Amino acid sequence: MLKKLFTITAVSALALMAGYTAGPARAAEQSVEVMHWWTSAGEAAALNVLKKKLESQGIQWRDAPVAGGGGDAAMTALRARVAAGDPPTAVQLLGLPVHDWAESGTLLDLTSVAEKEGWAKELPPQLQFFSTYKGKYVAAPINMHRVNWVWINKALLDKVGGKPPATFDELLDLASKFKQAGITPLAHGGQAWQEATIFDSAVLSVGGPDFYRKALVDLDPKALGGDTMQKAFDQLRKLRGLVDANFTNRDWNLASAMVVNGQAGMQIMGDWAKGEFIRAGLTPGKEIVCVPYPGTANAFIFNSDQLAMFKANKDKQEAGIKLAQAVMDPAVQEEFNAIKGSLPARLDVPVNRLDPCGQKSAEDRQQAITADSLVPSMAHGHAGGAAVKGAYYDVVTQFFNSNTSSADAAEQLVEAVANAQ
Amino acid sequence: MVSVPFTAPSVRQKSARYRLQEWLPRLVLAPTFLITVIFVYGFMVWTGYLSLSASKMLPSYEYVGLEQYTRLWASPRWYVAIKNLAIFAVLYIGISTVLGLLLAILLDQKIRAEGVLRTIYLYPMAISFIVTGTAWKWILNPGLGLEKLMHDWGWTSFSFDWLVNPDMAIYTIVIAGVWQSSGFVMAMFLAGLRGVDSEIIKAASIDGVTLPTIYWRIIIPIMRPVFLTAFVILSHLAIKSFDLVVALTGGGPGYSTELPATFMYSSTFSRNQVGVGAASAVIMLMTVAAIMVPYLYSEIRGGRRNG
Repeated sequence: MLKKLFTITAVSALALMAGYTAGPARAAEQSVEVMHWWTSAGEAAALNVLKKKLESQGIQWRDAPVAGGGGDAAMTALRARVAAGDPPTAVQLLGLPVHDWAESGTLLDLTSVAEKEGWAKELPPQLQFFSTYKGKYVAAPINMHRVNWVWINKALLDKVGGKPPATFDELLDLASKFKQAGITPLAHGGQAWQEATIFDSAVLSVGGPDFYRKALVDLDPKALGGDTMQKAFDQLRKLRGLVDANFTNRDWNLASAMVVNGQAGMQIMGDWAKGEFIRAGLTPGKEIVCVPYPGTANAFIFNSDQLAMFKANKDKQEAGIKLAQAVMDPAVQEEFNAIKGSLPARLDVPVNRLDPCGQKSAEDRQQAITADSLVPSMAHGHAGGAAVKGAYYDVVTQFFNSNTSSADAAEQLVEAVANAQ
Repeated sequence: MVSVPFTAPSVRQKSARYRLQEWLPRLVLAPTFLITVIFVYGFMVWTGYLSLSASKMLPSYEYVGLEQYTRLWASPRWYVAIKNLAIFAVLYIGISTVLGLLLAILLDQKIRAEGVLRTIYLYPMAISFIVTGTAWKWILNPGLGLEKLMHDWGWTSFSFDWLVNPDMAIYTIVIAGVWQSSGFVMAMFLAGLRGVDSEIIKAASIDGVTLPTIYWRIIIPIMRPVFLTAFVILSHLAIKSFDLVVALTGGGPGYSTELPATFMYSSTFSRNQVGVGAASAVIMLMTVAAIMVPYLYSEIRGGRRNG
């Protein structure tokens, strides 16, 4: 009896050991673990393009999504994993965090593959800054979003007999028409990042690209606290008067829904809002009119999703490099962005599958590159680091939700930015 | 006669058992003790060190002295957080205690269906602050909740917009917090009231003392330890409150309902300012210590005196 029991134990132990040895053998097939926050239906469908591409090369895709918070939650999870010495193969990064991670020395150098495939020729120079650190490629950009858009409900626009605004005064005119018709002029969600998103556009509108760069990229105290900045705050103050009473802590997609169902006339938001309109059955460019934020028609505020790979063992690094190649594959970028609604990061990818607003975006980008008015978004972490961005949020949201004067706000901005550096 | 052969082994057994009795508690407690020392006190020390370092995105160990504290106290958002904590803590602790005591006294009047009522009042404590916050966010939203209901019922001049008013929003957090906690405080006071010797009350009422005076002069003073316990529990809930703000207001409008705990989280995890976050955590720890140390001291001294 005892002998029999012993045999059974031994056999099962052997079986277990066999199982364990079989495990790594199976895992020798290359795999990539990708941490990201593309969790909405449209985003997940777009990501599937990338996944399919890798699987066609025999690389297994292990999904590590961390939902929510514009990536805040994902960044927290990432920090914990890197600190524990177990980073994922690749991670979605938005803007300057690419540099922060590169500085910590944990990112994989992609320069050799970038040079071999000629990434530099195909990417806008302003975007390359975010993919490189000290002259080395450390991330592969997959898309580009335009932040300075105004979305207007066409039916309501016709109802009040307005036209798409080209100047800020025209926007105010249109808003008063909406107001008279009993429609909330501006759909807005009272969260710091949404107010900062609008303020990006206001700064560009008032000061132009050179001022924008001087103030928000170079963080020059004179520009941050000067007259031009005060005028930008004045614009924001006027926009504050156009929102409904219950805007506090409303998510951006609920604000988009207000435009969709006719409660509100327009929304100032980046082009990811298109996803909400399309899902509601409205076509951007038809039922939803898109115009650049007044005064920024010739300029383009961008943010861009990038994938960065972490240093790991040789197997994983090879898979990581293949992932980077897949991200930069023109066919993948075309398909991915046709689904997600953003522009391809590569300039040589055809955009005829995008909606009319997306195609206009692509045209404007081309012009902005020539005119050197393609500027990075502060609200989305492309102009100042996380601490500076936080300081910017604080001042802008405090201004929007109080009676602070524009002069005081500009002064606070100088102090807050200095304190965050 | 018969018991003799048994005594010898029983003594030996006793001494072995005695030794086991002596060692077993230590042995059982050792892992917990070790884990507490490392993960609570060890990390407190680590946080303290980080607050003196140049840590930004990831912890670093470059010593910079009190620079992070300078940054912390230069941030207007931190002042708002501190001020909000003061408002929140005073009102939350005060109102919860008074309301809890009142409910307990009323429930103690030998009323019918006391069990049901007690459960109803106690239940909010079983809900997480996130649920409380979300529910109150809807109730207090002028376009969805109370205000709209009153307007729909015809009271069109009714206005209750505290949630979207930066000057008043912190009080909505007090309302939700009090709703959640006063039932729990009530349960503590009820237990205290049940512990009061009924002979005292009978004696007092024979002497012709009115009921309110009995409560005010006799029963409430007897319940001093319950007050202390309620105060300690509520004050630590107030200082660490985080989820209620996140769910109810998200720190807004603007950052007008920021509390030290939400400030610490955003500095550390979304703003790449681990050093500033650690500095704010140390300040919070000191605040808690300033309340707890005198309490513990008096408890320990009191215990010794009684013993």
